[in-house]
Amino acid sequence: MGPEKFSPDQWVFLQWGSFQLNATIVFTWVVMAVLVVGSWLVTRKLSSGKTMSRWQNLLEVVVLFLRREIRSLSNQDPDPYLPFVGTLFIFIATSSILSIVPGFAVPTASIMTTLALAGCVLIGVPVYGIRNLGFGTYLRNYVRPTPLMLPFNILGEITRTAALAIRLFGNMLSGVKIVSTLSLVAPLGPAVIMNAFGLLVGMIQAYIFALLAMVYIASGMQRERRIRQKIEQVERSRASKPPDSERSGQ
Amino acid sequence: MTDVSVIGMWSIIIAGVTIAVGSIGPALGEARALAEALSGIARQPDEAATLTRTLFVGMAMVESTAIYCLLVSLILIFANPFWKHVIDVAAKAANAGG
Repeated sequence: MGPEKFSPDQWVFLQWGSFQLNATIVFTWVVMAVLVVGSWLVTRKLSSGKTMSRWQNLLEVVVLFLRREIRSLSNQDPDPYLPFVGTLFIFIATSSILSIVPGFAVPTASIMTTLALAGCVLIGVPVYGIRNLGFGTYLRNYVRPTPLMLPFNILGEITRTAALAIRLFGNMLSGVKIVSTLSLVAPLGPAVIMNAFGLLVGMIQAYIFALLAMVYIASGMQRERRIRQKIEQVERSRASKPPDSERSGQ
Repeated sequence: MTDVSVIGMWSIIIAGVTIAVGSIGPALGEARALAEALSGIARQPDEAATLTRTLFVGMAMVESTAIYCLLVSLILIFANPFWKHVIDVAAKAANAGG
């Protein structure tokens, strides 16, 4: 992507009528193909013994890392969240790692991709919330502490997800722009260093995106759980208070 | 000066001012967060993993205001809506005149 182009959306390969096949779509497909074919090739011959292929080792490290992070964030079994949060992570991470390949336009440097990913989070939060708490209980989250807060709660849900999209977009785009501007000014040295720095930023952004998605999902369920715990606490203290004979019997 | 050059000049000036002013606050905030996290890790090295994770998430939150400023200045430079409008108007006027 040259410095004159603002986003990979403007790099159009084919056009049928109003439908454009631009670089964002094409390189999203490339990332998907890399992930699907790579995982399929690796998981075809898995070993449970002491020796394993280095690619199996890589996938195990990624999966274990994600499971550990999700568990420590939500204090729950990570299995229901791993497919969603893990997919977000490996998609963003792979697309920013592939940015060192010449001619590859990072799909997450287009706001369309990041908005789509954030849209998945926006849908995923209520889906997980309803699955864990039930429909009514989840919706009651929005009128806490008072129904007066309903518009603010809804607005907060949308803006924090939009911030998620804009954060990823801004970081990836600025990485691409810095490299392409530097390679105009000083062709070799600084551009390579900034590209290496961009790899680090890309990984951190992938981590943050997945982590924040998990934080949002967990916060949708935690509020209700905290209230339930408090109610149980009050009931327990009420039950254990009254007669002295019972307390001595305990 | 023509309208086009005035709009170009102000776009670039404002883009620079936006990112310069907008990055002061987040830079100070991130520096403070990092310093606190470092002293926290120095005091309790066992909690380094939790502190680092929270630091990353917090920094991403703090940083987002700077990212918004970056976005505004990038739009002003690369995808300026006023610029496009002025070019269109100028082209129309040139066509009508010629």
